[in-house]
Amino acid sequence: MTENHGDQAHDLAGTTELSHALVGAYAVDALDEPERDLFERHLAACPDCQDEVATLREAASMLAATSATTPPAGLRRNVLSQISNVRPLPPLPVQTVAADEDEPAVDELAARRGRRRWATIASAAAAVLLAVGLGVAQPWAAEDLSPSQQVLQADDARSTSVDLGKDISARVVHSDSVNSAVIQTENMPPPEDGSVYQLWFERGGEYVSAGLMPVAEDQTVRLDGEARGADGVGITVEPEGGSEQPTSEPIAEFDFGPAA
Amino acid sequence: MRSIEPVSSGSPAPGGPEALAELLQRSSRGDEQAFAELYDATAARVHGLALRVVRDPAQAQEVTQEAFLDTWRTASRYDPAKGSALSWLMTIVHRKAVDRVRAAEASTRRDLTYHHRNSTTEHDSTAEAAHASLEAHRVRSALATLTDVQREAVELAYLGGYTHTEVAQLLHLPLGTAKTRIRDGLIRLRDAMGVGQ
Repeated sequence: MTENHGDQAHDLAGTTELSHALVGAYAVDALDEPERDLFERHLAACPDCQDEVATLREAASMLAATSATTPPAGLRRNVLSQISNVRPLPPLPVQTVAADEDEPAVDELAARRGRRRWATIASAAAAVLLAVGLGVAQPWAAEDLSPSQQVLQADDARSTSVDLGKDISARVVHSDSVNSAVIQTENMPPPEDGSVYQLWFERGGEYVSAGLMPVAEDQTVRLDGEARGADGVGITVEPEGGSEQPTSEPIAEFDFGPAA
Repeated sequence: MRSIEPVSSGSPAPGGPEALAELLQRSSRGDEQAFAELYDATAARVHGLALRVVRDPAQAQEVTQEAFLDTWRTASRYDPAKGSALSWLMTIVHRKAVDRVRAAEASTRRDLTYHHRNSTTEHDSTAEAAHASLEAHRVRSALATLTDVQREAVELAYLGGYTHTEVAQLLHLPLGTAKTRIRDGLIRLRDAMGVGQ
């Protein structure tokens, strides 16, 4: 099925063979803009290419399985809060090809033929969906959530991020309703030998220890103590075993700002 | 002074699987809860691709966020007869990521540390990632059926976000042949993954 692209396809651009050859590069967004425009004009009138684009995209999308990376918790919150303000578009009228530049090209231009093949693809995809589906979080069953997840998924959870340079980042998510806070780190280097990272809640200039951070680059850790009423969280480097009060300037401060 | 125990950032996963296509269709009717479930089931995959293409973590987050917002807005345009929901979603984020790197010719993504950084890719503790890693194994097996040139061409195009012209230069191929390698490679990948036909 790699060749035999049917001469019956009416090609507006008049460059049928050239256009067919672009199908793979188009499927992975590897055409420059003039080529993309040219190919999309061809694609609109070529069911074989529509079919091939769809199956090649299906294959390409699986390549991303090798690089799955969970985004920061704050991203989820942003997305979910923003969708409340965005009206979902109505379905396209039947038999209409949209020309809206904003739309992802994938749907309007995808195959209108080839349902038979999609039955096979659907079964292949089902295995993927099943695998992914088993991992679906159930954020709505709060009683099943770990204490950290209760914080991360609380309705009033607020995220404060600090960029420490060199891809090192840390964020504190706190929730007054859960009365707890969680810190998440990425690429955090270990403290010097003989020292530890210690976490602190700050209230009106007073520091209360929130525990020692385990040594790990990427981790999610729930802080000791109550988050309610805290003005922020700090991290200091302390001698092994930790300190009663901070003995050095914080390496990172998470200012909660005014209460929501 | 006691240490605090790290906890898994993953969630327990009770309940049966619900197909992404169904979640997408419910989202198109304004069901925010369905969309949240869709997000949880796909975010690591979507973000991983954005990160792989654009490299810069802050920009990758923007791409991921825009892609999900677009997904919400255009969910009604998804037609299960035309392909899987995951593929539809990945196409949206891929296009956005590629547009982003082409708009701003980012020097960081041509960074020579790429291969090094890439080989020590982040470990991910979520349940989705665990399942994705099973699939990653399948993908690697499927990739092994490609010739070296096909595999490199496909990876540079899809994961690197390069145009076929740039891929030809990077692989020292005659201009015009990279698109053929990309297509042939994708076809082999598709057939090895059991997709289509």
